[in-house]
Amino acid sequence: MASVSVKNLDLSFGDIKVLQNLNLEIDKGEFLVLLGSSGCGKSTLLNCIAGLLDITDGQIFISDRNVTWEQPKDRGIGMVFQSYALYPQMTVEGNLAFGLKNARVPKDEIEKRIARAAQLLHIEPLLKRKPAQLSGGQRQRVAIGRALVRDVDVFLFDEPLSNLDAKLRAELRVEIKRLHQRLENTTMIYVTHDQIEAMTLADRIAIMRAGAIQQLADPATIYNKPYNRYVAGFIGSPSINFIDGTIEVASDPVFKAGDTTIDLSRYAFSGNGPKPGAVTFGIRPEHIFMDKAATDEPFRADVEVDVVEPMGADTLVWSTLDGHELRFRVDGQTPLRKGDRVKVGFDPARASIFDAETEMRL
Amino acid sequence: MADVGLIDHAGTDARVDSKALEGPRGARPRRVLSRRNIILYGTLFVVAAYYLLPLYVMVVTSLKGMPEIRLGNVFSPPMEITFEPWVKAWATACTGLNCDGLSRGFWNSVRITIPSVILSIAIASVNGYALSLWRFKGANLFFTILIVGAFIPYQVMLYPIVIILREMGIYGTLTGLVLVHTIFGMPILTLLFRNYFASVPEELFKAARVDGAGFWGIYFKIMLPMSLPIFVVAMILQVTGIWNDFLFGVVYTKPGVYPMTVQLNNIVNSVQGVKEYNVNMAATIITGLVPLIVYFASGKLFVRGIAAGAVKG
Repeated sequence: MASVSVKNLDLSFGDIKVLQNLNLEIDKGEFLVLLGSSGCGKSTLLNCIAGLLDITDGQIFISDRNVTWEQPKDRGIGMVFQSYALYPQMTVEGNLAFGLKNARVPKDEIEKRIARAAQLLHIEPLLKRKPAQLSGGQRQRVAIGRALVRDVDVFLFDEPLSNLDAKLRAELRVEIKRLHQRLENTTMIYVTHDQIEAMTLADRIAIMRAGAIQQLADPATIYNKPYNRYVAGFIGSPSINFIDGTIEVASDPVFKAGDTTIDLSRYAFSGNGPKPGAVTFGIRPEHIFMDKAATDEPFRADVEVDVVEPMGADTLVWSTLDGHELRFRVDGQTPLRKGDRVKVGFDPARASIFDAETEMRL
Repeated sequence: MADVGLIDHAGTDARVDSKALEGPRGARPRRVLSRRNIILYGTLFVVAAYYLLPLYVMVVTSLKGMPEIRLGNVFSPPMEITFEPWVKAWATACTGLNCDGLSRGFWNSVRITIPSVILSIAIASVNGYALSLWRFKGANLFFTILIVGAFIPYQVMLYPIVIILREMGIYGTLTGLVLVHTIFGMPILTLLFRNYFASVPEELFKAARVDGAGFWGIYFKIMLPMSLPIFVVAMILQVTGIWNDFLFGVVYTKPGVYPMTVQLNNIVNSVQGVKEYNVNMAATIITGLVPLIVYFASGKLFVRGIAAGAVKG
């Protein structure tokens, strides 16, 4: 059963088309992340689902009810914003109660729900405080609580962790995941530009670009089998290596870029199999191995170290393979300096190959 | 960045003996009596004195008797302090047929100012709120028309409004004048409130909508409590503006309900009898007292209001 479905959604501001013919089905209890760079329309889509923006065309269903023309309060949603958006003159308790008072929920029921939300989010000692007296993490907890007390089926998160520092972000991320696991049958739609949040939280990720969904799949598929070049480049940090070249099909298909030839017999081509032509070969830095580990890999090459970026747990090495930039990840303890020559290797089966013209996965 | 693969030495963290530090160190020293400061404060002092001198003359003169004033020593302090002129200005000075001093005009002004201020701020704040947060169709056009209103000289509208008020049957009454003040306060106040509400985070407004608050709910429960400063600023603008108004007062009211400013003019400019400078001075100070108090009590907020009026979004 679909919890939220968006059908043929169009949205334009004057002549500018922000969302075009967008379709999305979200299952009950699913955690869906809308991921994209700024300006891709992900927040806009969330606002449309919330009813905060009037859509130009299409339909929106929440819990199998057509809510296209309904007010936000009648859609059965709770929403959490990036800037917390707490009412500054009310206490935490007042913030939590505001929506319920507007809905004329009986007083004892309001108290019961606030107590439950406060306990779930560990904000009981803060109930009498004003938002100004809270830290960023506490504020965002209260904001989540405000959505929680509404007792709704669908939660909408609009970049809720983007205003927090890195440590708090990691803490709250886990807390949101726990919350989702505890609230069974609660659908969550989560907008972010942070791929780590997306990968860690999502059941499914929808990668958006210029108002359209590029790929909608579970995190593993998005990571391993990106649908097009944009998705491959967007997901993964450090980002994937791209090498432009051509496919030649003799007995076995091979990829050629300059003097480098990569055997593609192990690569799982989609559709009709390999066709000769211009392509982009993509291999992730973490799938490239060095020295001893490289010896068993089907493809091997010698490269010169150009730049070394130690990050503690691991080290990112920049080098060039036949004029193409090649980044790879090695253990953080590996001693390396500029100018060292090392052997690297990888398995082409883990690569992604895209048509140079359509940028689609082959 | 390239050579950090091998790290084999630890940075020494010993503090250098502080006596060993030579040359400039710590905060840069400042001289209190530098040439720059003398010029700066000297100029400020001269300008302040220049502005305060007339006020000094007024206060001093209002406390003198007529014989002393005739001596012509404008700047000298009173030899014999008398409050007679103040009492006369407030209670017995004559304008036309009425001889009850400025007190009549004072209460008229109070009765004009209070409803005008409340009414204009109430309407303008809702205008500004609707224009900045509930962007309805034609909101920009409506706003433009309202702002253009601020640029039309009052003189152009003077007579048409006389006719309108006459047709409505409220010409020459306080009601009519309150209405005029409310309307003329609209453009600038709406602009003030619109800009203030435009600076309120939009997400707050969205959150309130998700929480089920409507147009008035958001206005009264969310926006009003968090925008008290701008209301105070609007109040200052309106109280001083309306209290000091002369033109509308003299055009749209009749002698019995003249506001204080008009009555002051009539006292000071009366052509009969002796010119009682001390009474005139006292009357002027009394009239200016209300805006003066408002300015003094709210100096900081007033400056903030002027800054908030700067056009945004």
